[in-house]
Amino acid sequence: MEAEKKLSNVKVGEKVIVCNINSSEKISRRLFDIGIIKNTVIECVGKSPLGDPSAYLIRGAVIALRSEDSENIIVRKVSDK
Amino acid sequence: MGLTKNSVGTNAIDSEFIIKRQSDKDKIIALAGNPNVGKSTVFNGLTGMKQHTGNWPGKTVTGAWGYCKTSENDYIMVDIPGTYSLIANSAEEEVARNFICFGGSDAVIVVCDATCIERNLNLVLQIMEVSDNVILCVNLMDEAKRKNIKIDIKKISEKLGIPVVATVAREKKSIEKLMKTVDKSIDKNIDNHVEIIYPEIIESSIETLMPIVKDIAGEKINPRWLCVKLLDMDKSLENELEKFLSVKFSENKQLESLLEKVKQDIYDSGITTDDIKNIIVTSIVQKAEEICKDTVVYNNNCSKHDRKIDRFFTGKYTAFPIMMIFLAFIFWLTIVGANYPSQMLSDFFFNVEDKLTAFFMAHNSPKWLHGVLILGVYRVLAWVVAVMLPPMAMFFPLFTLLEDVGYLPRIAYNLDKPFKKCTACGKQALTMCMGFGCNAAGVIGCRIIDTERERLLAILTNNFVPCNGRFPTLIAIITMFFLGSVTGVWSSMGSALLLTAVIVLGVLTTFGISKILSKTLLKGKPSAFILEMPPYRKPQVLKVITRSIFDRTLFVLGRAVIVAAPAGAIIWIMANISVGGQSILTMCCSFLQPLGNLMGLDGVILMAFILGFPANEIVIPLMIMAYTAQGNLTDMQSIFELKELLLQNGWTQTTAICTMLFSMMHWPCSTTLLTIKKETNSKKWTFLAAAIPTVTGIICCIAVNLISKLFV
Repeated sequence: MEAEKKLSNVKVGEKVIVCNINSSEKISRRLFDIGIIKNTVIECVGKSPLGDPSAYLIRGAVIALRSEDSENIIVRKVSDK
Repeated sequence: MGLTKNSVGTNAIDSEFIIKRQSDKDKIIALAGNPNVGKSTVFNGLTGMKQHTGNWPGKTVTGAWGYCKTSENDYIMVDIPGTYSLIANSAEEEVARNFICFGGSDAVIVVCDATCIERNLNLVLQIMEVSDNVILCVNLMDEAKRKNIKIDIKKISEKLGIPVVATVAREKKSIEKLMKTVDKSIDKNIDNHVEIIYPEIIESSIETLMPIVKDIAGEKINPRWLCVKLLDMDKSLENELEKFLSVKFSENKQLESLLEKVKQDIYDSGITTDDIKNIIVTSIVQKAEEICKDTVVYNNNCSKHDRKIDRFFTGKYTAFPIMMIFLAFIFWLTIVGANYPSQMLSDFFFNVEDKLTAFFMAHNSPKWLHGVLILGVYRVLAWVVAVMLPPMAMFFPLFTLLEDVGYLPRIAYNLDKPFKKCTACGKQALTMCMGFGCNAAGVIGCRIIDTERERLLAILTNNFVPCNGRFPTLIAIITMFFLGSVTGVWSSMGSALLLTAVIVLGVLTTFGISKILSKTLLKGKPSAFILEMPPYRKPQVLKVITRSIFDRTLFVLGRAVIVAAPAGAIIWIMANISVGGQSILTMCCSFLQPLGNLMGLDGVILMAFILGFPANEIVIPLMIMAYTAQGNLTDMQSIFELKELLLQNGWTQTTAICTMLFSMMHWPCSTTLLTIKKETNSKKWTFLAAAIPTVTGIICCIAVNLISKLFV
């Protein structure tokens, strides 16, 4: 079992699975809307030129999140298999 | 929301939802879906209308509606704003939710993006909870095919229990197929569709509430959905529900106590209020997951191509240079492309003017009539069309192409960090881009921003990027005053680069003012920023070009006639009516002269800006009119003598810089202000929206003027 970390610390190309969402209620709702719940697989696909926000592949769509929002999403790495 | 003749200018002000049934038999169909799934394209296909389509989430800020006839029925199609769920987060999502829940539509077509169907099903399932007649339209099948995503439409339809149609909305065949399905299912109430089963504790609460809720809801709304909503009520929905059902939940004691009781039961089992919400939404997302499990097969390499382009467009070292190059290139094409038509048009108009003058002379018409009509109205019109129209007609389609490809969300992505630094929303970059086309449209576009504070920030600063109507002014001044002896290709390239620099200045001002505002009037923390970056799409080049030139040209011509004609007449009259030996125009200009001088301008320029309040397109033509009317130069034969005219009236490079600055930073045009009034519903913010850029402009102009005096 890989260690848990914040989504904001996930490197480009890394694939992770959501363990926990600690965001405020309003933001959690937004995250639900785009399909982020526990056990959702997320892949970081890029960082913007100034380092923030980052782009994530979530259920087939690419979505940009600011680090303030992604640091409340706790994830762990999944192996590529 | 995009830039069309319906979204820019005066039409932008009045965009209320008033749907007219042609007869009682008309059936109303709502067109719902996530943002940017091709809803507007489906809508256009169905109704034969020209709703603007682009490639970024959030174009349909206000709903559009139109008629659609099939052999079986007459329909009214309502295109509602894209939304991710029925839990409304922003003003425009509220519009969508209210229409789906309370709009009384006979059926809802939910349009889905085939490339991320699972996420889209989230909304489909939520709508199925409210509405009995839902038809799923899986759009963008061509893109899914290209990305090697396999979708078993039949099986999805079986699992959901509703009709599902696969479409490529750009193709006519698809639309026909969709309408056939609608015809078949419109009169049936599908009662075997899938239901979301919530965990035991929620289900038993629903059961307890059901009888009394059925009583309240009657036939008006799905009682099961209302039960779920009562357990997890948000304020905005509560108000809408109470209005719609004309009941007050808090006044129904029986309901109140029952609700209290079931909630207590839930809390007793160790579940908190927050958990209730989580459980409900999670059940929906999981259902969507379950449906897609064996019906959709992804290919892992599916979006590789897009990621490659993204690495280039949003790369650390490439993103900003590419943005600048794009901008400069578009300006260059605009300048070069506008040059020839501009020359031709001005030759044509001056020719006609001579003929008209000869005609008036031949008929011995009074001098004042010739003055008002030809020297006033006709000339201003001619200038607007010859100088202003061509660059606008060029810039517009080029910009629309960028939008169509899907580049705009990347700009927002690249620029988000500075916006965050100003505690603004990254989506402000999108509304800023809209401002390049038309500030009024940009202001309306601000509805895509979730929080009131950030929306106001975006509205108040939208005017700092020059709209289409101000580009030609900037281009004309740059070409005349800053490229000196440079000619040919270099000249147009130089203009493009300088114009780019001016635009960058406008963007920087936007940042600066946003920052100041967020430290003073609009204090607060940045809210969540969630921006979907759509796949790149092949632009519909021909369609975009023909449509935007056509729409735009007609619109500008229309506005030119309405606004420029009276302005031309007024200025001629002012120049030719004397009080105490001085014309009114001279008097007004001398009155403004001291302020003008302080700002590095002159009275005439300020006067032109003031009279140009209805439309920025007429500022330069009015200036020319005023100068020529004051008699320093009696007649002008072509636009190339323009510089001569300005120099004779004391223009220097400082004047040119200050005029450009003031053009960038002064009050918004009347249309934009009216739009702001409507969008903010507040006199205070409307006033500030005019005062902030004006004061900024005056300060900048005075500063530049004083500094330049130090050196000259």
